[in-house]
Amino acid sequence: MRAIVIGISMGIILTLFIAAALLIHPFGEPPSAMDDYIFENSQQEIGTNETVTAVVFDYRGYDTLGEATILSAAVGGVIILFRKERGK
Amino acid sequence: MGTMISKIVRTMSDIIAPLVFVYGAYVIIHGHMTPGGGFQGGAVFASGAGLLIVAFGAYSLQQKLKDKQVTLLESAGSLLFIGLGFAGLAVTFFFNFLVGTSFFGHIPPTGANAGDFWTAGVLPLMNIAVGLKVIAGIAVVMLTIALATTEVKK
Repeated sequence: MRAIVIGISMGIILTLFIAAALLIHPFGEPPSAMDDYIFENSQQEIGTNETVTAVVFDYRGYDTLGEATILSAAVGGVIILFRKERGK
Repeated sequence: MGTMISKIVRTMSDIIAPLVFVYGAYVIIHGHMTPGGGFQGGAVFASGAGLLIVAFGAYSLQQKLKDKQVTLLESAGSLLFIGLGFAGLAVTFFFNFLVGTSFFGHIPPTGANAGDFWTAGVLPLMNIAVGLKVIAGIAVVMLTIALATTEVKK
């Protein structure tokens, strides 16, 4: 019973992945509407000449927040793993 | 005191490390005008700290640099970044509320232009916050691993 449920759900996920791979924006085609919007408006909206920084810190600020959180977690993990043992 | 590396390497690291620090700081501060930003400049700066760790050993660097203070710097950068995100909450999270004001708020002309340092709103401040975070994070990771491995060797 459990194997049937897992098999059916894996089949659905595989179908969705294949559909996504077939429907993806073709590589090398002219840029989509979102790219045009960012190229045309980033200088007026964000006021920066560097479009990459505008995307990283403003249009996709949540992504950068996640990266910063992952860095914090990695540093905490290393410090916990390699810390000096006190009281020995 | 760990293994001592040759005098040539130590002298050259003494000369090169300040240049690496200055270049990393430049990449962070000019992140809203030239390629690079907080993450890249922080990695450059922290590689200078790695040079010092390799050349002079982790113990001599640890006497100058307490890892508690460096961890505090990392948390400060993190809080500054999230605080700047929350500061624009009057419109949305991560809203660039400084555009149009006189503090980092100039708007450059559309198209290719020479650039102006006082542009981009909160982006330079966020670059500095993320830069502090990356500098402190990578430096404390390298220092902790170097200390742990030298103790194992001894």
